[in-house]
Amino acid sequence: MTEIPPTPADPADKTQADKREKIARQFIAMIPHARALGMQVTDVGPGLAEVTMPYDPRLVGDPDTGVIHGGAVSALMDTCCGAAVIAHPDASLGTATIDLRIDYMRGATPGQQIRAVATCYRMTRSVAFVRANAYDDDPDNPVACATGAFTVERPKDTP
Amino acid sequence: MSRRPEPVQVVKQRRDTALQSLVAGVPYIQFLAITFDRRGDELTGLLPYDDMLIGNPMLPAIHGGVTAAFLEVTSIITLSWFSQWDALESGETIEDAPRRLPKTIDFTVDYLRSGLPRDAYARARITRSGRRYASVHVESWQDNRARPFAQATGHFLMPQNG
Repeated sequence: MTEIPPTPADPADKTQADKREKIARQFIAMIPHARALGMQVTDVGPGLAEVTMPYDPRLVGDPDTGVIHGGAVSALMDTCCGAAVIAHPDASLGTATIDLRIDYMRGATPGQQIRAVATCYRMTRSVAFVRANAYDDDPDNPVACATGAFTVERPKDTP
Repeated sequence: MSRRPEPVQVVKQRRDTALQSLVAGVPYIQFLAITFDRRGDELTGLLPYDDMLIGNPMLPAIHGGVTAAFLEVTSIITLSWFSQWDALESGETIEDAPRRLPKTIDFTVDYLRSGLPRDAYARARITRSGRRYASVHVESWQDNRARPFAQATGHFLMPQNG
C-alpha cells in the first residue's frame, strides 16, 4: 500500500540516507517539548520514522492504573509523523500539522516505553499524508494508531 | 414547604472542591500545569505558557501534541464534571468515590493556526452524552476568542458504575 522506495544500495544513496537520518535526529533534538518527554529517534528511513518515549510517572492520565495519558501519546504520534515527513526523500524544509486523528485501542502497559512508527505514504507539492502506529512491549497489539495531514514547506524558488 | 437556598459560599466551596479533586489527581494535568476556571457549571481550561511546550523553535509555536493534549484534557474533565453534576447538586459526596475517568476512543484535531507562545484557553461542548458513549467538540484560543487556533472532536467511553 505504501510507496516507499527500497533501501538504497549505491554510495550516493547511502550518503542521502545518512543525511536524512541526521536531519530527522536534529529535528527531534531541537523540539523543546520532545526533549521534555524524553523522545528519541530510534530509526529513520525514506519517509519513515521510529520515535520512542520512556515511561514517566509525570505523564500518567489515570492515577488508579498508572496508564499514560492519551495526550502524551498524541504528542509522541505528532512528533513521529513530523519526523517521517522530514525524512521523506522528496524532502520538506519544515512541516506543521494540518490535522491528526488518533484512535486509542487500549491503555499502554504501565512501566513500558511507547514506540511510535510513522510512514509518510504520500507527498504532494504542499501536503504530506502520514499514518502511524504506537506500541508498548507487545508488537502485535498496537496501543494507538494515527492518520494525519501535514504541510510541506518548499524553498521559494522551486516551482 | 420550601427550603431556604443554601448560602452562596457553601455552594461555591462544594463545587470548587469537586472540580479540584477531578483535576488534582491526574499527574499529566499537573505536568502541563493545566487549571480550570469555573463559572457556574461552565468550565474553561487554562494552559499557561511555558518554554517546554514549544514544538517549533523557529517560529516559535506550541507543539501540536501539546495542543492535542490540552484539548483532550479539557474534554475529559468537562465530561466528568457534567456526569457528576446532578449528584453533586443533590448533595451527594463524590470526593471519596473512586475517580473513574472517561476513556478516549478517538480524537481528531484540526490545527487552524499556529499556537503562539502565550497562554491558551479551551472550552468543550458535549454534543452527545449517552450511558456508554459520549461525543465532544472542543475549541482552543489564545488572545482572541473569535479566532480559535485549534478545534477537535472526540468520542469517549463513559465509566460504568457498579
